[in-house]
Amino acid sequence: MKLEVNGEHRDVTGPTLADALTELGWGEARVATALNGAFVAKGARGGTDLNDGDRLEVLTPMQGG
Amino acid sequence: MRDFYGVTLDTPLMLGTAQYPSPAVLEAAFRGSGASVATVSLRRESGQAQGFWEIIKSLGVHVLPNTAGCHSAREAVTTAQMARDLFDTNWIKLEVIGHADTLQPDPFGLLEATETLAADGFEVFPYTTEDQVLAGRLLDAGAQVLMPWGAPIGSGLGLNNRYGLRTLRAAFPDVPMVIDAGLGLPSQAADALEMGFDAVLLNTAVAQAGDPVAMARAFALAVQAGQLARAADPMDPRDMAQPSTPVIGKAWL
Repeated sequence: MKLEVNGEHRDVTGPTLADALTELGWGEARVATALNGAFVAKGARGGTDLNDGDRLEVLTPMQGG
Repeated sequence: MRDFYGVTLDTPLMLGTAQYPSPAVLEAAFRGSGASVATVSLRRESGQAQGFWEIIKSLGVHVLPNTAGCHSAREAVTTAQMARDLFDTNWIKLEVIGHADTLQPDPFGLLEATETLAADGFEVFPYTTEDQVLAGRLLDAGAQVLMPWGAPIGSGLGLNNRYGLRTLRAAFPDVPMVIDAGLGLPSQAADALEMGFDAVLLNTAVAQAGDPVAMARAFALAVQAGQLARAADPMDPRDMAQPSTPVIGKAWL
């Protein structure tokens, strides 16, 4: 299915958010996720199914003031 | 020192982690500053985050994630939820920006997000103005710490409204307060602590100094001086001179 991941088009198989993260190379990474603007907790990724056209944000720790 | 959600800090200095010339300078500046808290943010994964996070972890300081760049309560709440998941802390420096030029907080969005987050177990550090009415509303909404600005973020203007800040400090004597944003010089940080604020939070003043490590050290000494001075109960200023040398016993010449 086609997703928009951090603003870029990506093709993933899914079907869950956890599967997609592994596919995208973030399986073990320290990231936080939001799907279509709504927060998805670490523990809920395995039970969150993706749909074509979903908008996924994958965030990491970054410098900040 | 007043505690922050049950946490007593070793030093009254919170330091940002952005805008340093290099990761090595960031690390050296932090160690020189003796800061007890590091502010961090969340951004889209770009492959460089791991090294940064390793440095922050190695500093052994408290981590305070922010919601920088959020312009609505909804956006800030979602960012806070993601921050809690990522950093394993209930602390959140809540920024809801209302104006692009001044980066002034949006008081309405800030209040709404504080209410939502406090009800969800977050320990909110709201980035606010010196407005006393808003401060009261934020406390009613569940915030137990306030972070009034000194001046607009990154401006280096210092304590822009000393009267307003003094009034705010006096209005809520038991509430832990951090002067957040706008500090440019160590003397301004000392001033804030002498006025009775519990800590200062700064970033640009250190990171963008010609020598960030030396400036970090200067802020470390300034906050220590300010804190000592406050505890020593400063004298009240007066308009007229009063001789400090005894008049009695002076020779009749």
